[in-house]
Amino acid sequence: MERDKNFILGVYDDEDVLLEAITKVRTSGVKIHEVYSPFPVHGIDDVLGYKRSRLPIAAFLFGMLGTILALIMQFYMMKIDWPMIIGGKDYAAFPAFIPVTFELTVLLAAFGMVGVFMISSNLKPWGQPRIFDIRITDDKHVLAVDLATNASIGEKNIADLLKDSGATEVNKKSFE
Amino acid sequence: MQVTSSVREPLITGGKTLKDVTHDISRQVEGKPSIGWLLGLLVAVGALGLGFIALWLTLWEGIGMWGLNKTVGWAWDITNFVWWVGIGHAGTLISAVLLLFRQKWRMAINRAAEAMTIFAVICAAMFPIIHMGRPWLGAYWALPLPNTFGSLWVNFNSPLLWDVFAISTYFSVSLVFWYIGLIPDFATIRDRATGIRKAVYGALAFGWDGAAKTWSRYESVALILAGLATPLVLSVHTIVSFDFATSVIPGWHTTIFPPYFVAGAIFSGFAMVLTLMIVTRKLFKLEDYITIGHIELMNIVIIITGSIVGIAYITEFFIAWYSGVAAEQYAFMNRMFGPYWWAYWSMMTCNVISPQLFWFKKIRTSIVLTFILSLVVNIGMWFERFVIIVTSLHRDFLPSSWAMFYPTIYDVGVYLFTFGLFFTCFLLFAKFFPVINMAEVKSIIKSSSEKVNK
Repeated sequence: MERDKNFILGVYDDEDVLLEAITKVRTSGVKIHEVYSPFPVHGIDDVLGYKRSRLPIAAFLFGMLGTILALIMQFYMMKIDWPMIIGGKDYAAFPAFIPVTFELTVLLAAFGMVGVFMISSNLKPWGQPRIFDIRITDDKHVLAVDLATNASIGEKNIADLLKDSGATEVNKKSFE
Repeated sequence: MQVTSSVREPLITGGKTLKDVTHDISRQVEGKPSIGWLLGLLVAVGALGLGFIALWLTLWEGIGMWGLNKTVGWAWDITNFVWWVGIGHAGTLISAVLLLFRQKWRMAINRAAEAMTIFAVICAAMFPIIHMGRPWLGAYWALPLPNTFGSLWVNFNSPLLWDVFAISTYFSVSLVFWYIGLIPDFATIRDRATGIRKAVYGALAFGWDGAAKTWSRYESVALILAGLATPLVLSVHTIVSFDFATSVIPGWHTTIFPPYFVAGAIFSGFAMVLTLMIVTRKLFKLEDYITIGHIELMNIVIIITGSIVGIAYITEFFIAWYSGVAAEQYAFMNRMFGPYWWAYWSMMTCNVISPQLFWFKKIRTSIVLTFILSLVVNIGMWFERFVIIVTSLHRDFLPSSWAMFYPTIYDVGVYLFTFGLFFTCFLLFAKFFPVINMAEVKSIIKSSSEKVNK
């Protein structure tokens, strides 16, 4: 069987049942493809074993870039390219450069991080997501198990496991 | 699971389930526009059209159409600018600062408040651009373009240039913050829709899939954006106040301006959020999501910031006397008892006395009184900016050049134009976008609604 094509889905109504179900499914050796929810469920990344997002690092690096570019720009324009005495201040009036430096730091940090988020989560206006169950943007949580990766366990056993863990429905879904 | 104390008032009333949330919020996006909404849009577009005549004539004939003179070179334009920017502070404050403080009541109001912020900042930014006289050349004066494009580099020592960076950063970061929050909700509408609506909301939803991994990243992004937006929102009105504070005009040259302006901005912003939300919750029947509890909490923010503003007025006055500088003392006496005494006392009544009424629980939990007082606060905050700007300028250093400022119909018309723009944008937003953040509200339905399904 090919991977990433045929899935068995456990549909859950309640987020706390879902969190316990994930632990149960994982401890019995079934690999979870992904869990889909209508809202962010707290603690779900811990039970799924997801590492903390590295997006804050991206934000920090882009912020640093903003600070550096802003300072280079202002020193170049005010001190090197066209020095002028303004209000009796030094050409490189460092304290006066802080507001613009701060704003550009925030601007680049925010846009850089959001850009990385968009790319890493594959968010784009022409994006066509694979919808496992249309209700996951409404009121249901869906736990998807790839049948090919868990071929050794067997479809029936997985379905029983999902039922036991509190799934209100167990469905099959195949993608072309 | 999340645990919420049983003594807390529920944030969502009416025993709503997840499905109800989806249904209640998507309803007005999917349904036909109501009569109330159409009438509102008609009035807003009418104001926009009427105001446009004034705007057009101002641009055609020049700034001489306004009531400015050589003594009072800044009046309604900058008053309106500061007023609109101030209103634009509540949205990001609610979504960023209250997120950092884990205040869950923000979830029902943050979407609309952020939309309000974005539209208010657009209205604000129009005034300095129009005041340039030839706004199509504005890019040369405001942006650091190479010398070959125009005259010289822009002056990075000037607070007016800091404003350009502050306002544009604030606008774009708020827009991104708002849009990231909208993506999951657009996906909800996409999955309920068919045909052309599905295509449009599908594109707006950016292919959102609701995976746990995506949600985890989404939450990181929201938290970091909140961390970035919190100092940003404080910096914006600080920098606006620098426009005045770094000058040498008596009445402007004070170190109290940054905190005082920020408090005033939050004060007026919350007042405008209340004005809009009271109407929106009624029009779209969202009483279960935006409860009296929400209104009361916003009124408490108004008491706090209103009191800070009141203390700032008194401190300013005391320092003017204590400084011993005759010009400074005169500027403040002239505010109170000069020809613009009525503006000063309107400001004092609306901003210092009226919010104190919210100490009474009956008043702060009354929708009608809250609505009236929110309008009063907005009027008061407009007068505050008028008083600071015009009364400090109109009697300057030489008595021979003392003058009065009287607005012309064009001053009023351009202000009307921004009102039309603001309400047109807000009404379109309220109809076509989900006005409440469905995903966030769903995440607290189990812990904070009346019906706890354990």
